[in-house]
Amino acid sequence: MNEQYKSTIEERAPVIEPGHTFGTVTEKISAIVLTRPASNGWFAGFGIAFLLTMMMLYAIGYLFLKGIGIWGSTIPIGWGFAIVNFVWWIGIGHAGTLISAILLLLRQSWRNSINRFAEAMTLFAVACAGIYPAIHVGRPWLAYWLFPYPNTMRVWPQFRSPLMWDVFAVSTYATTSALFWFIGLIPDLGTLRDRATHPAARLIYGALAMGWRGSARHWARYETAYLLLAGLATPLVLSVHTVVSFDFAIGIVPGWHTTIFPPYFVAGAIYSGFAMVLMLAIPIRKIYGLEDFITERHLQNSAKVMLATGLIVAYGYGIEAFMGWYSGDRYDAFTIWNRLHGPYAVAYYCLLACNIFVPQVLWIRKLRTSPVALFCISFVVLVGMWLERFIIVVVSLSRDFLTSSWGMYYPTRWDWMTYIGTIGMFLALMFLFLRLLPSISIFEMRTLLPEAEVKE
Amino acid sequence: MKRDPIYGMMAEFDSAQALLDAARSTHQAGYQKIDAYSPFPIEGLAEEIGFHHNRVPLVVLIGGIIGGLTGYLMQYWMAAVDYPINVGGKPLHSWPAFIVITFEMTILFSVLSAVFGMLALNGLPMPYHPVFNVPRFAMASKDRFFLIVFSSDPKYNPAGTRSFLEGLAPRSISEVPS
Repeated sequence: MNEQYKSTIEERAPVIEPGHTFGTVTEKISAIVLTRPASNGWFAGFGIAFLLTMMMLYAIGYLFLKGIGIWGSTIPIGWGFAIVNFVWWIGIGHAGTLISAILLLLRQSWRNSINRFAEAMTLFAVACAGIYPAIHVGRPWLAYWLFPYPNTMRVWPQFRSPLMWDVFAVSTYATTSALFWFIGLIPDLGTLRDRATHPAARLIYGALAMGWRGSARHWARYETAYLLLAGLATPLVLSVHTVVSFDFAIGIVPGWHTTIFPPYFVAGAIYSGFAMVLMLAIPIRKIYGLEDFITERHLQNSAKVMLATGLIVAYGYGIEAFMGWYSGDRYDAFTIWNRLHGPYAVAYYCLLACNIFVPQVLWIRKLRTSPVALFCISFVVLVGMWLERFIIVVVSLSRDFLTSSWGMYYPTRWDWMTYIGTIGMFLALMFLFLRLLPSISIFEMRTLLPEAEVKE
Repeated sequence: MKRDPIYGMMAEFDSAQALLDAARSTHQAGYQKIDAYSPFPIEGLAEEIGFHHNRVPLVVLIGGIIGGLTGYLMQYWMAAVDYPINVGGKPLHSWPAFIVITFEMTILFSVLSAVFGMLALNGLPMPYHPVFNVPRFAMASKDRFFLIVFSSDPKYNPAGTRSFLEGLAPRSISEVPS
């Protein structure tokens, strides 16, 4: 290792501030759950998020009563907000799996302080995403027809359709995320069981910890299983957004039928996911005083991942435009012209600004380390990624091959209520998670301390 | 069979290094049935207490193979045998279209076998375990390290084992009632 490289490593902010011991790490993280009283701010935040969740349930209830005619989606744009938001939420979930699985395999130990809540974020984002396809099928009480089960109609699902692939990909992803998250929690639930004083808390955490006692044999099997889960989740997470992109790319609609979709969807997913991780981590570390554990290093690294994936996404836009010209296909060329000059051109220019131009300020070190700046940039990226899905779904469908089948899409208040409602549900679940479970993995933080090192 | 009223003898240590060294000495002294408890995984500790056969990878491999076969054969049987339906003139056994779900089912079954296999091999959930009878054991999930010699070990005898463990300079020693 050359001298210059060595000194840059030493200059980096630490993953965990010096002066911590096994005891203080345990104390500080478990106190948020066990002893710290819920503040008025928490109640206010949870209250608002809960009201938004209720609004979503109202909108969905009315939908069940009236049918999807209350939404703006109609022919030619049969896939409106439901699919835009489904893809947006699934994408956000991807950063959690990237942090927990891929960075584990790459031995990026800085991930240990953000993987727990990033995984929780994945789980809640997938829960929000899962609502949309189910309520979009028109007769949601028959949504179980998506799964192959023996039935009296003597029919089976059509496995040649990418929509079926999506059912399997997303349900496998939801199951894996939930189990991976729960397995990671077991040792920490044991810690909470041993430290809780309230009998009900002891009972609940004790039941969830399932009798975990930290035996060396258990740890050996646990670590193997955890590593294998990471190895399985890595190709899975790449496959999920690939399959989501197949929903579009397998179809022949201009603007959808392209081979760049799978890699560009995966990069976009991680891009928006890291933006959400930052939007959650920045307030959480401030409010709960976790700056020692979620340090400047985490913010910088997340910002760098955003910058890198943002550039891949920019490359994706570039290739789309290039292929529109180079393929010589008049419909593809028209798709690009329509994005730049058509009725939704404003959305496309906002998309370019949000996803390509604004995030370039992350090249500046000062902004990468400023929580306020990162929070704002992350918000811009999330808006940009939502616009990207809007353009892919709505703009492509609004102008297809025949002028006679052109149309416009106008989301109704029910579309907006459902969308904002899922954001509320996501935040409500996040608020509950922060108070009920350790938001940072305690046992993995212990392994980062210098005293955890042993010599053979 | 009457249960032994004593489950074992437990020694408490301050650091991961002390536990690792103690585990090695105890195993070398000829104790076979021992275990070590720590608040986080310690590299090499399982080998020191004589744990060598980790069967989790095998369970996951078997699960994955079963999942992949289930995924593929399910689609083949449903699309080509039980409900053959001509879609756009594509062959009934259109295998490339079946790959995605085969892959997802492989992952799903592997994940389920990793999680439930690990829990089953570890004997979890376990509502009662004697080590929790030692009040100080609550610290095993925070910052203390424990070593136990089970009373079922052929070499175990209350006085001898206690004096052996005392020689390892632990913080405390307690007898674990079962």
